[in-house]
Amino acid sequence: MLRRIITAVAIVVGTAQPLLADNAVNPQADFKAFRKYFTERFPKVPLNDFVNGPYSMDAGLRKQWIAIDAFPPYEFAVDKGKQMFAKPFKNGKTLADCFANKGIGIRQDYPKFDAKSGQVITLEVAVNECLEANGEKPLNYNKDDMAAVTAYMAFTSRGKPFDIKIPNDPRALTAYKKGEEYFYTRRGQLNFSCASCHVQNPGNHIRTEVLAPALGITAALPIYRSAWGGMGTTTRRLRSCNSQVRGLPLAGGDELYRDVEYYLSYMANGLPISGPGARP
Amino acid sequence: MRNRHLILIAVALSVIAFAGVAFAASADDFKVALAKAEAADKQAYAFKNQWTTTEDDLKKAKAAAAAGKFDDAVKLAQQAEALANASIVQAKEQEKLWTEAVIR
Repeated sequence: MLRRIITAVAIVVGTAQPLLADNAVNPQADFKAFRKYFTERFPKVPLNDFVNGPYSMDAGLRKQWIAIDAFPPYEFAVDKGKQMFAKPFKNGKTLADCFANKGIGIRQDYPKFDAKSGQVITLEVAVNECLEANGEKPLNYNKDDMAAVTAYMAFTSRGKPFDIKIPNDPRALTAYKKGEEYFYTRRGQLNFSCASCHVQNPGNHIRTEVLAPALGITAALPIYRSAWGGMGTTTRRLRSCNSQVRGLPLAGGDELYRDVEYYLSYMANGLPISGPGARP
Repeated sequence: MRNRHLILIAVALSVIAFAGVAFAASADDFKVALAKAEAADKQAYAFKNQWTTTEDDLKKAKAAAAAGKFDDAVKLAQQAEALANASIVQAKEQEKLWTEAVIR
């Protein structure tokens, strides 16, 4: 009888181990595999150039971008963001007071995991938390003022390498894993995942657009998109991707949007901030 | 004999008369169809996986009902329910399938 029990336990343990191994969260191993995939698939693209999205994939598009960048379409947003950053709240404090180094040159540290709330804090969430903590109205997550503030913060951080940290906290690891799951999960009536375009098809066209690689994809945000005729935040980019595959977008600041940005930005660690960007 | 013929003709005429007529949907039929569609959509919401097409059909169904076009309203609500159910199936399948796409 004892022998049978031991055999049964051995079978259960033996079959359970591979499952546990599959579900283990290992951001460092994911990072290595992710980096290897893109650098081997696009050996001619310099590593730091991946942050330029479709321009790293298409020479013709790159020429147009260089021409456009002579008069950057995001410049107005940067100026507006700078003004907003310095403008005192009703209580006399400013946005700058909420951030390390007065908010200058810190974009590369976001998103970050907040041990107190147990949540991922993106730059956009941090801006709104700052406003609310000071008795001000939060900004719309999609565009306008939020895009302006984050454009200014990105501009002051250009060239600084992403430095996203995933602490050894089960909540942080869960958030990272959820972000990874969101990225690879197919959704919408068209049954696309983020990876369908940005892992399986970077450099290929979808209608007239050249698809950007997932590696470094958050570095240029926020962006001026000609298709939008204006600026858009990371939230807007995610919401727009959802709609394009006929999935109903989530609300700005949703936990899953925070987590997927956390995952993608961690994958971009070491790559330079290039935002605010301009895209077709 | 004559009566038998008359009965047969009457039956044949009624079959012909009703063959081309579908029974019109009522406000109650719409209420039932809408409740089913909204229940499925609520489940899709719980998965954070609603489709825009489901929402569009729900809106159109309500608009058709408001205009008194209950046939159209029921059809649209049923279509919304089918789409919501498909999005639920997708979400459930993807709970396991997403790992197969991960770069390793």
